[in-house]
Amino acid sequence: MDLGFLLVQSLSGLASASSLFVIASGLTLVFGVTRIVNFAHGSFYMLGAYVAVTLVPWLFEFDRSPLLFFTGVIASALVVGGLGVLMELLLLRRLYKVPELFQLLATFGVVLMVQDAVLWIWGPVEISGPRAPGLRHGVEILGQRFPAYELLLIGVGPAVLGLLWLLMHRTRFGILIRAATRDREMVGALGVNQALLFTGTLFLGAFLAGLGGALQIPRVAVSSQMDLSIITEAFVVTVIGGMGSVPGAFLAAVLIGQLNAFGVLIFPKITLVLVFLLMAAVLVVKPWGLLGRPETAAGRAALPEGILATPRFGAWEKAIAGLAIAAMLAVPVLGDGYAVKVATEILIFALAAFSLNFLVGNGGIVSFGHAAYFGLGAYAAGLLVTKAGLPMEPALLAAPVAGAAFAALFGFFVVRLTGIYLAMLTLAFAQIAYAVCFQWVEVTGGDNGVVGVWPSDWARSRAVFHYLVAACCILGIWALRHVVYAPFGATLRAARDSEARANAIGIDARTHRWLAFTLAGGAAGLAGGLYAFSKGSIDPTLLAIPLSVDFLAMILLGGIQTVMGAVAGAAAFHAIKDFFMPLTDHWRFFLGASIIALVLVFPRGLGGAYGALRGRA
Amino acid sequence: MTLLAAERLNKAFGGVVAAKDVSFALAEGEMLAIIGPNGAGKSTTFNMVGGQLAPDSGRVLLAGADITGQPPRAVCRLGVGRTFQVAQTFLSMTVLGNVQMALIAHHGRTREVVARAEALYRNQALALLDRVGMAAEAERPIGELAYGDVKRVELAIALAASPRLLLMDEPTAGMAPRERAGLMQLVANIARGQGIGVLFTEHDMDAVFAHADRILVLVRGEVIAEGPPEQVRANAEVQRVYLGQSGHRAALRARRAAHG
Amino acid sequence: MAAFTLSRRAALAAGAGLAAGLRPGLAPAQGAPIKVGELNSYSRMAAFSVPYRNAIQLAVDGINQAGGVMGGRPLEFVFRDDGSTPGDAVRVAEDLLTREGCAFLAGTFLSNVGLAVADFANQRKKLFLATEPLTDALTMGQGNRYTFRLRPSTYMQTRMVVEAARGKTAKRWAIVAPNYEYGQSAAANFKKLIGGTIPGAEIVAEQYPALGRVDAGATVGALAQARPDGIFNVLFGADLTAFVREGNTRGLFERRTVLSLLTGEPEYMIPLGDECPDGWIVTGYPWEQVEAPAHKAFVAAYRARFNDTPRKGSVLGYVTAQVVAALLNKAGTTETEALVDAFPGLRTDTIVGSVLMRGIDQQSTMGTWVGETVLRGRTGTMRNARYADGADFLFPEAEVRAARPGR
Repeated sequence: MDLGFLLVQSLSGLASASSLFVIASGLTLVFGVTRIVNFAHGSFYMLGAYVAVTLVPWLFEFDRSPLLFFTGVIASALVVGGLGVLMELLLLRRLYKVPELFQLLATFGVVLMVQDAVLWIWGPVEISGPRAPGLRHGVEILGQRFPAYELLLIGVGPAVLGLLWLLMHRTRFGILIRAATRDREMVGALGVNQALLFTGTLFLGAFLAGLGGALQIPRVAVSSQMDLSIITEAFVVTVIGGMGSVPGAFLAAVLIGQLNAFGVLIFPKITLVLVFLLMAAVLVVKPWGLLGRPETAAGRAALPEGILATPRFGAWEKAIAGLAIAAMLAVPVLGDGYAVKVATEILIFALAAFSLNFLVGNGGIVSFGHAAYFGLGAYAAGLLVTKAGLPMEPALLAAPVAGAAFAALFGFFVVRLTGIYLAMLTLAFAQIAYAVCFQWVEVTGGDNGVVGVWPSDWARSRAVFHYLVAACCILGIWALRHVVYAPFGATLRAARDSEARANAIGIDARTHRWLAFTLAGGAAGLAGGLYAFSKGSIDPTLLAIPLSVDFLAMILLGGIQTVMGAVAGAAAFHAIKDFFMPLTDHWRFFLGASIIALVLVFPRGLGGAYGALRGRA
Repeated sequence: MTLLAAERLNKAFGGVVAAKDVSFALAEGEMLAIIGPNGAGKSTTFNMVGGQLAPDSGRVLLAGADITGQPPRAVCRLGVGRTFQVAQTFLSMTVLGNVQMALIAHHGRTREVVARAEALYRNQALALLDRVGMAAEAERPIGELAYGDVKRVELAIALAASPRLLLMDEPTAGMAPRERAGLMQLVANIARGQGIGVLFTEHDMDAVFAHADRILVLVRGEVIAEGPPEQVRANAEVQRVYLGQSGHRAALRARRAAHG
Repeated sequence: MAAFTLSRRAALAAGAGLAAGLRPGLAPAQGAPIKVGELNSYSRMAAFSVPYRNAIQLAVDGINQAGGVMGGRPLEFVFRDDGSTPGDAVRVAEDLLTREGCAFLAGTFLSNVGLAVADFANQRKKLFLATEPLTDALTMGQGNRYTFRLRPSTYMQTRMVVEAARGKTAKRWAIVAPNYEYGQSAAANFKKLIGGTIPGAEIVAEQYPALGRVDAGATVGALAQARPDGIFNVLFGADLTAFVREGNTRGLFERRTVLSLLTGEPEYMIPLGDECPDGWIVTGYPWEQVEAPAHKAFVAAYRARFNDTPRKGSVLGYVTAQVVAALLNKAGTTETEALVDAFPGLRTDTIVGSVLMRGIDQQSTMGTWVGETVLRGRTGTMRNARYADGADFLFPEAEVRAARPGR
């Protein structure tokens, strides 16, 4: 390999890094100040690109000049910044008093809505933006040709870094951002107008995302799937760098850019998993990212974000639970084949969601990768049936074992971390598991998956299989619920409420969390195994991020502060999706709108709303 | 009999010496206060005893057994209870639930999945709450309590493990003056009544001079004086670097209040 | 405006006439409709699937005006989004069969969805006409009695471009393909086939960027470094545009033979715009160059009704409806076993010519167009395009027998 190639390849890496940094810097700022895990950041990136491919050609009608190109890019970013403000004013502002995770759910609703809104406005065909005038050509560097526009992009990253540094150190707004990132309560105590600070930060964050998107238009085709392709990567960059750290994000982006540029030479399939491998490695060694700092322990005692009370079932609750179980058992008698199928799925998702809330609500362990254990359970069952020729019964036993085994393996590292870093490590492990299932074609069938995962003959009828699922899921939920009320469940809540106190009374919080992670993984694995048999196939989407996010949406819709909320959330989420999907191609828009409406009306989830109702009654 | 002995504890953070050759001993039923100006190394010393920090050198002996560098939960199991400067309780639980949790942990039953947590050790927990005067509030969520009451519950939590030694980091911080005396009196009664040693740090000189049997004065990580309150109060160096005239008057006032 | 109205009306008439040509002289269909459950990625892959659905509607309207199917019954497609995941798709398929009372299933876009629905159909013993999924497995290793495929598979399309490269001298080849089944199996097919067309050909570099996330700079750099004489490209959609732009600027395609799957389809040509590379050998659909009268009528009718040019998806949709109608007419019943027995060997006259459903692997002989890319005005199209009849590019029967024992 000659020097020119190495240099140019490294420049390619820097250009990617620069683009990634611009986007990630906005995300890290927003998280630092507001603690919002802003899924909609990718949507802002996409909107920046869409606005730019509309605006820049319009500006070119006047004059095809570089000045107007960059005017258009900046203007697009400003427009997106305005949309960020809109989201803050109309949505997030109403949610600052509820647990932080609900804001995540709200931004997820925004993601779904923006995806379909973009299809409505700009149509499904990808749009290639105009190239930047004067920067169309390639520049010769040591005998290699390199795009002039990318040379410019390489400069944009450090320029944004420098400007942000000036902003953070030379303006009152920036100093407040830094202060809020370090200690949010202090800024609140200083009498700063927090609402204005948050609005300003959302503007800046969305502006940077929009800028990142608008700058891409000479390079990529703008499509309605840009958001998902960037959002995980942006999160990875911010986490590797340390949440809230702009220089950290820069460092991480450069690292990823270079590793990718040279990694593809040795492992041509590396892009699928590279960033997640890097994130897992960094977090195992540096639990707060490269330049992040440990989250300051709350000075005042804050109410935990999770299950607050564990009341026993009263007469009403017993009646409702009884009715729900009776309804589930009656479906095969009263409903048609499709109703049975839907009911079966709701039961399976209820178990998976309940197991996730066992971690999130009861243990304070926010997992962004719970689908991994669901999917690995499904794969264990599916592969045993199709490859090892086992019947359904032993395969179904293997599903929770596999889910628990992998949860134990990954959980060993996961429970060493806390907060958002823990969540992102679960995501990294889930993506690594996903990549293995995706890539190991000989065994897993790759992304096509494996078909032929059907139940044993006795359970082949939809009704019988439904009863099998009902038995497994209702028993599973009942058992997990019992654990919540048992000393083990109480110990998890204790460790979540106050780690220092738990330690001081002799509790080994980490080991208990690890056991909880394993138990929840097992329950999710059982759900996954049942799901594989209900669908007849397994494939990597069962481990993928969208399903993990669906599970999160379910428990948040249901309310993470109540024990049984997750079950209601799973049913509601599935019912909404199933209602809109046959009605329109744009069902995601309505699903997103429904989620946002539910978050606004029931800011503590359905379970929380029910609790409030019962509290008054 | 010596319950706790610290032998030549040293700890430095970067170049800053936080504790230098700190040694002291504490007998059963004795209350030892560590005082000193801010940054004197009180918390560092305290945390080395409690297991939150490992000393660079030196030993901590509990009833003759070396517990140096053991993690807090191990130190707890050896019979050390502790309270925190900012009360640490389980906010999602009731007052009773908090104490029950401590009892469950003490009996090593945290991994049980069959029993119902709220049915375990109810009576013992109520008895502990009764000892700190909080039995009437047992069923309330702990988050609803006044801060002084939370501190009392925290004491009950610490007592749940039947400790031989109580570590109390600024036990009266954040409390109203009237509540402080009551809490310290309660601690003193329990300590002396059951032979529990109490090691505490404190800013409130009234509390220190009223209840401590002995006082350890730290300045810049070094012990500059140690002895009964009268002796420490009379120590010229202590008066100069730390107590000052106002502190001296406070000490006199406190003594009178306690004995009069 | 008047001219427009006139042309529109004329085109509609042409469309009706075209459809009427199937069953001349019949009154519009009456009675209970024959329902076909069509599930596809209408939300995620709208650029392809919406023109596909449009064309099905166009064709079905024509068929029904001309007397319907099975002796006068109207044909109806029930369209559903498949959610783009196997899990959702199987539930939707159940909905179509159970609630909507569809006689059989058709559609799907993604290969994993297609395979899952195929297996579901096999389990439920219902016919499934997979229209768009490309994976070879669907008719080979994982084929089943109830699953038929319309579109030319990955293997067939790869073979088409490889054979079009006959006579080229490029020996050193680089492969770039999206990292998923379609890309991997296209690459595998290419490696298997290229030696037969260009003796002594060797693979000197392979790049498999993640689907939808190509890092174009790094990928182009890695390919150029291997100094290939030819490049086999399987990237499509947004990845393709980013790759082509980067490659154009860096001169990757200069003096190199490029073979590329699907690139000539309007779905991918339109987003490329004036970046369209010159002289790539591609499969695609040069809709404006197809001269067959039936096809011209279809194009006119499609443009008139939807005010848009037809896409590859449109052709596929129209042919789907034609083949479905022919199948129902031949079987004369909606009973699954009769349909499955009637399908092999069914020959349908379609807007792309005669399409046969081969019995051995249940793969149709529908072909596609092969030619070279060229920029005309501000958008790309194809030159020297010719229709490659799928019949000439099917898997050899011996290979099918090896993959599907008992056939």
